Amino acid sequence: MKLLFEKSVPGRRGVKLPDLDVPRVEPNEAWGAELVRSEPPDLPELSEVETVRHFTELSRRNYGVDNGFYPLGSCTMKYNPKINEEAVSQYGFAGLHPLLDDELAQGCLEVIHKLEKWLCEIAGMKRATLQPAAGAHGELTGNMLIKAYHRAKGNLHKKKMLIPDSAHGTNPASAALCGFEVVELPSDERGNVDMARFREALGEDVAGIMLTNPSTLGLFEENILEIAERLHEVDALLYYDGANLNAVMGYCRPGDMGFDVMHFNLHKTFSTPHGGGGPGSGPVAVNEKLEPFLPVPVVEEDGGRYRLDYDRPQSIGRIMPFHGNFGVMLKAFVYIFMLGGEGLKRVSEDAVLNANYLMARLKERYRVAYDRVCMHEFVVSNTDKAEKGAPTLAIAKRLLDYGIHPPTVYFPLIVKEALMIEPTETETKETLDRFVEVMFRIADEIENSPELLQEAPVNTPVRKLDEVRASRRPVFRYRKG
Amino acid sequence: MLYNPHTDEERREMLEVLGVSSVSELFKDIPAEIEAPRIDIPGPRSELEVREELKRLQAANEGEGLPLFLGAGAYNHYVPAAVSHLVMRSEFYTAYTPYQPETSQGMLQAIFEYQTMMCELTGLDVSNASLYDGGTAVYEAAIMAMRATKLRNRVLVDEGVNPLYRSVLRTYSGNLELEFVEVPHREGRTDFEAFRRLMDSDTAAVVVQNPNFFGVVQDFSALAEAIHELKGLMVMAVNPVAAAVLKSAGEQGADIAVGEGQPLGSPLFFGGPYVGFLTARQKLVRQMPGRIISETVDREGKRGFVMTLQTREQHIRRAKATSNICTNQGLVALTACVYLALVGKEGLREVAVQNLSKAEYAKKRLSAVEGVRVKWDAPTFNEFVLELPSDAGRVAKELVREHGIVAGLPLGGYYDGMERDLLVCVTETNTAAQIDAYAEALGRVL
Ligand SMILES: Cc1ncc(COP(=O)(O)O)c(C=O)c1O
Repeated sequence: MKLLFEKSVPGRRGVKLPDLDVPRVEPNEAWGAELVRSEPPDLPELSEVETVRHFTELSRRNYGVDNGFYPLGSCTMKYNPKINEEAVSQYGFAGLHPLLDDELAQGCLEVIHKLEKWLCEIAGMKRATLQPAAGAHGELTGNMLIKAYHRAKGNLHKKKMLIPDSAHGTNPASAALCGFEVVELPSDERGNVDMARFREALGEDVAGIMLTNPSTLGLFEENILEIAERLHEVDALLYYDGANLNAVMGYCRPGDMGFDVMHFNLHKTFSTPHGGGGPGSGPVAVNEKLEPFLPVPVVEEDGGRYRLDYDRPQSIGRIMPFHGNFGVMLKAFVYIFMLGGEGLKRVSEDAVLNANYLMARLKERYRVAYDRVCMHEFVVSNTDKAEKGAPTLAIAKRLLDYGIHPPTVYFPLIVKEALMIEPTETETKETLDRFVEVMFRIADEIENSPELLQEAPVNTPVRKLDEVRASRRPVFRYRKG
Repeated sequence: MLYNPHTDEERREMLEVLGVSSVSELFKDIPAEIEAPRIDIPGPRSELEVREELKRLQAANEGEGLPLFLGAGAYNHYVPAAVSHLVMRSEFYTAYTPYQPETSQGMLQAIFEYQTMMCELTGLDVSNASLYDGGTAVYEAAIMAMRATKLRNRVLVDEGVNPLYRSVLRTYSGNLELEFVEVPHREGRTDFEAFRRLMDSDTAAVVVQNPNFFGVVQDFSALAEAIHELKGLMVMAVNPVAAAVLKSAGEQGADIAVGEGQPLGSPLFFGGPYVGFLTARQKLVRQMPGRIISETVDREGKRGFVMTLQTREQHIRRAKATSNICTNQGLVALTACVYLALVGKEGLREVAVQNLSKAEYAKKRLSAVEGVRVKWDAPTFNEFVLELPSDAGRVAKELVREHGIVAGLPLGGYYDGMERDLLVCVTETNTAAQIDAYAEALGRVL
């Protein structure tokens, strides 16, 4: 399909601005010619209707949760309720400038304050900042808080951050960006942290650990209480990667497991859409130990009025210029307001039920990496299929032909030929059964008509794309001619 | 219940397949001593109750709809009706990051188009697919420059860079071996002499903003030459609307341009979601943070788009990645793309000229008020500093309270000795009548 630039016709206009009601001042009059650009940026020129058709056609070449099943592990692709979207588009929030006086933005501040309280209630934490723009940004913030804590105690020798090998790539990247030395911990045969290696790694120089629980293998860390106790003995802190919180709401709280600091992914657990890549929101909650270091400002309430408090002498400072992705927070606020504690517990129950059901049924034809009760997701290892010429990538591409978005592929890195499946609680039993049926069909195809997998996908707007070419001879922008 | 579709009967059938009698058995790996108490949040509630709650909250936002002369990094621009209509197509907004390109061509092509537009606006070769916002983009650019200069660790930052961005930079750099030196402004402009004195062979980059925080537009070409002689880089934060007419970052010699994309079609929304853009010279592409989209072909030779150079990124390079960013601001980048397609080449220039014209008109009208003057005689875009005869914070409060006008940003909290100064922003959404009313009200409260 054509690009905007290839549809452009010189002189064509989309929208009209009002006529200027003040004297016109051209840049070269106001600034002098040497400050004015020599050539205007070559933006496309289209009418409104062409623009609308262009993006409508593009949308038809995209696949979202509203199109169908999207069991992308670790990403919690649950349904995004439409009332969330109504909340941001139809009520009086969009016009508010982030630097308005507190008095003029009481509604926004109340949303931030209430959401903070609710998140702390769900996770068993004391306070939170809602500034981080996504999970990774929350991780970076959390690492900064851990660093500030050790600094305040004069423990400058605490330089190591322990991270299991099953962790998401953002964990080590965030710790490194914060100046920590990353120590990778292996996992044992049950998918837990290898305790012998953990004890070996533990010493006075350890600043903390970053754990995902349930882990990215979809498994609950069975030794969590011992891990927490041991780390606290050397005054190291525990960071909870909350990407998988959807599994345990109402069943256990990171605060009670011994975590000192954590992030939430509002764009996973709390139903805000992923926007084809973002925006998300990654609030960070802490216990008493880290509360003094939270970023400024925090929202305080006095008798039903809300204000931004900057007077926090031990704060690490700002981590966003403004208040973070407020529009995303508002959607999560609506979601929690609607579900309440009881509804959230039901979310986790059905998320775990759906994952276990799917795992039990798929096990007939696919090898599960860890044969344990799983939480909200599980990982299949396709080494057997890969030997027959159908690696995980081929299975994923074939799923596209059946109109299903493939699960996460090749992650976690410690599982060979990994296919990581997270159905979420919003899917029906029929959807899960159809997925099983399709997966079994693909298993048959691998035996009987392997060419179908080599050809896949055939039902998508483009066939298999050449990623090697894109990295050898990348083209980052359109150029005329 | 609500969004969980199972009936009790279906749950029973599924548990039977699992051979367990209740769902709580599936949570048996959780130690009993940490069993959670009931989550104390009321509900479930219906959509009708949500709407009532939203109405109550909306009414508490007294600032909604007031004439706004406040910018400082977030700008109130006209957004064409078609923008939200298109961005709200759920094939876009309910998708994840395009890990499976064959079923994500819509978003991938749109971001490729966005990248092209950002390169055009900034006059540079390569754009990434978005960062969180303009402020974190400045930080990403600074550490990108450190890497690109083989870990030089000094960064000189002009005080004309948004003070909120600088405070973010300060927070982040405290954790790295990064020396971050702020260079005081001189009468609202960059102190080029001071930069020359401070630059050395340990300087990874100079960071400037154009127009700067005070709205002043400048030519940084000479500074670029000077830092290039020392083999350092120039990072320039730019306003994408001003970029339609201002000598581009690339033309001025910048190696990396960053900025806040919110002015391109996104509402103010109390600070977000916004979008950070980052463009650079081709030779720096392997040091860039975040996703980058490339054109390629499918197995039949048909054009298509994929994410590329992923070995820079956290999911592959982990602790050695160029950034930790994963989820970005894709939908807001799409918004910028749709906005720019709708206003087009001529339209964006017209928006820029209207901003300039209205700001010039406001300068005249407001400085005609007794005791008020435009602080510096410098060329500006859509913001400028007004010096008042008394405390600007007090005046701004009175203008809101008595006249319902949001007059601008009092600068006392941001710069020493600027207690009487007000940063005023005027865009195409401010009418002449609003500006006249502002001038009149200002005369009354002084
Ligand atoms: C386990 C885990 N941790 C962290 C992240 C990072 O979150 P985000 O993409 O919001 O930055 C993700 C999401 O991709 C994840 O799955």
